[in-house]
Amino acid sequence: MTTVPLRNRARVLILLVAVVLLGAVGTGAVLWAADRSAERDRVQAGGPVVTPGEVTLKAPAARQLLFRNMAWGPHRDEVVTVPADHPDGPRTSSGVQCLRFHAAAATGICLQADRGPLQDTYRAVVLDEHLRELRSFPAAGIPTRSRVSPSGHLAAWTVFVSGDSYAGTAFSTRTSIVDVRDWNLRENLEEFDVIKDGRPYRSPDVNIWGVTFVDDNAFYATLATGGQTHLVRGDLAARTLTTLHQNVECPSLSPDGTRVAYKKRVPGASEDAPWRLYVLDLATLAETATAEQRSIDDQAVWSDDRTLLYAMPGDFGADLWTVPADGSGSARRLLDAAVAPAFLG
Amino acid sequence: MYVADSRSSKAPAAPAATRPGRREAADGATADRAARAAVPGTVVVLGVVSLVTDVSSEMVSAVLPLYLLTGLGLSPLGFGLLDGIQNGFSAVVRLAGGHLADRRGRDGAPRHKAVAAVGYGLSALCKPLLLLVHTVPLIGAVLAADRTGKGLRTAPRDAMISLATEPAHRGRAFGVHRAMDTAGALLGPLTAFLVLRMAGGPLLADGGQQQGYRAVFAVSACVAVLGVLVLLLFVPNRLPAGEPPEGQPRPRDGLALLRVPGLRRLTVCAVLLGLTTVSDSFLYLLVQRRLGLATEYFPLLPLGTAGAFLLLAVPLGALADRIGRRRLFLAGHGLLLLAYGLLLSPLDGLPVVVCVLVLHGAFYASTDGVLAAAAADTVPAARRGAGLALVGTGQALARFACSLAFGALWSAVGATTALTWSALALAGCVTGAAFVLREPTSPTADPEVSP
Repeated sequence: MTTVPLRNRARVLILLVAVVLLGAVGTGAVLWAADRSAERDRVQAGGPVVTPGEVTLKAPAARQLLFRNMAWGPHRDEVVTVPADHPDGPRTSSGVQCLRFHAAAATGICLQADRGPLQDTYRAVVLDEHLRELRSFPAAGIPTRSRVSPSGHLAAWTVFVSGDSYAGTAFSTRTSIVDVRDWNLRENLEEFDVIKDGRPYRSPDVNIWGVTFVDDNAFYATLATGGQTHLVRGDLAARTLTTLHQNVECPSLSPDGTRVAYKKRVPGASEDAPWRLYVLDLATLAETATAEQRSIDDQAVWSDDRTLLYAMPGDFGADLWTVPADGSGSARRLLDAAVAPAFLG
Repeated sequence: MYVADSRSSKAPAAPAATRPGRREAADGATADRAARAAVPGTVVVLGVVSLVTDVSSEMVSAVLPLYLLTGLGLSPLGFGLLDGIQNGFSAVVRLAGGHLADRRGRDGAPRHKAVAAVGYGLSALCKPLLLLVHTVPLIGAVLAADRTGKGLRTAPRDAMISLATEPAHRGRAFGVHRAMDTAGALLGPLTAFLVLRMAGGPLLADGGQQQGYRAVFAVSACVAVLGVLVLLLFVPNRLPAGEPPEGQPRPRDGLALLRVPGLRRLTVCAVLLGLTTVSDSFLYLLVQRRLGLATEYFPLLPLGTAGAFLLLAVPLGALADRIGRRRLFLAGHGLLLLAYGLLLSPLDGLPVVVCVLVLHGAFYASTDGVLAAAAADTVPAARRGAGLALVGTGQALARFACSLAFGALWSAVGATTALTWSALALAGCVTGAAFVLREPTSPTADPEVSP
């Protein structure tokens, strides 16, 4: 190419102007985003009242509901407590920040993000009854589910790990269980032996998520392989996972141990909203659709043997909704700006 | 075509973009100057374009899964298959890109730059679109358009690198380009997290906090536009592309290229070796499981490979120029075989992990750009785009087939046996390829590699 110096200078000039313009646009976008982000630290008028106070996991005098507070303001993302019979009342904040949280019998599990200079890292933290850290475990990705066994002896968590799947950008999950009595950690439930339809099964695409505990040995969870999800019953001592039923995600065992509430992928639903909240009878394997008509992406919690509590997208990220487990009634919003609930007492 | 190429190496077809002083410097024959002369300005500019574009696209790749998952609440399983299909599609688009780039414009020159610009431009357009679309089918369409752009630009870009460089130095030139490309891929995620940090947003968008992600997409779009501008402004419009052939190349001439013996042999070998190259994700999975790596280090494994690739691409590219590109291409697969061997050995621990990753990076450094350089040796300049696309597409499709087969094998016989079989198959293919590529000339007799 015949590059006359003047033309070269013109090119460099064009490039410099473009760098300045594009730099301005980029900087503007970042500043605008930063400004919007800063709003989250200011209390919104009409939002729930949150005051710092003592939050414990000891059996309370009156039943309590604990959850991650999503309301904007200084206590955003902290674990808060409200009286279970007065959930929209003032919130008492613990000062402990968790992305996911669950608790039972004086043990809490809190999935936290540690903000590094460039990357966030994640930890699963086991909390004592005063929400103090007992021990923490590094987690390989974004927290999604957490559960504590009814006895408070076992804690489970699931995180998303990227780049772990052979097809490329797809996600895979990592689920771990720890015994808080001897800190025996099963870091990856995928290493358990899978018994699918009565036969040993192995595949690199196995993913496991959403543990719900029966007792200190048995649990239920979701196992996905070959594009299909399964309800599995896990045995910690035997290190096995046995498939029971298809198309079950994020199971949650009822207090009486007879049913699991779960996300079911329903035919005909849009790709953006593929799930509905169902309840499976473990004895008969009969499925009951709840009255919640919208797509749900949460591991539900049982308020009692008849009622489910779950998160739905809301103005501040998520709200908690409730619906009868037997398919009757209708869904009702219980409280705003909350996620990851757990009942105590 | 050997004749044409060897003539061009005597009367160097260095692009006009190379400053005239450089050609004389090469004749001056001090080692240092010769080394610099080996990398024409056009290659550096194309490297800058790739670096900038990779920063832009890797910014998005790094945060897109997080955004889809925690911002839009999509299922983790939803994107796997889609991704595989798009990779296959992109490989096929590459063939079209190579063919279109070889077609002559009204001025009789091939349109490498124009086709590459369309490819880079299409991908750049997709970045701001991500700000606008919020549903799975639309996001899928935007990602597909982005991949189409990537498929279109790859072959013309490699053709331009080969046409701008004297045949004797192509290995190094491709090495420089791949090193810059990889540097962009490493800088992209860092930039993305820096932007997220400055935007004050959490990485986890589950509070409906997507502003940080929007800032990342906006900055990525700006960076992508910059890449296109550098291409348009600083890559020469015309590169020495040989005598115009009689008439325009037709699509089916692409397959006729397989009648060129050198290219056919290389393509066959690339496909055979591709069929036994276990994909990166599987390799990392095996590293973690067999070498007992702690889970939290898992996301760092690709960085290890990329780091080794970045550091080794230029020296190994230069080595390819010295000892023969095909020979190094084969040796690179030998390195991969060593990595498999380490994975199968009873050794474990961090040093072994590092060794495997360095071998893996060295495998890329001695095969990725080197294959393009070797292919360029065999294709006449007028069909360079289509020829490079053919080899690249063959290799990409073979690797994708290997992914599927390896996944099935893993399910059937377990990870260790699957890897053992792959290692044996790779050893067989390397031996076979060594035999095929030896013919008809030894590397030193190859006119382009001879000093």
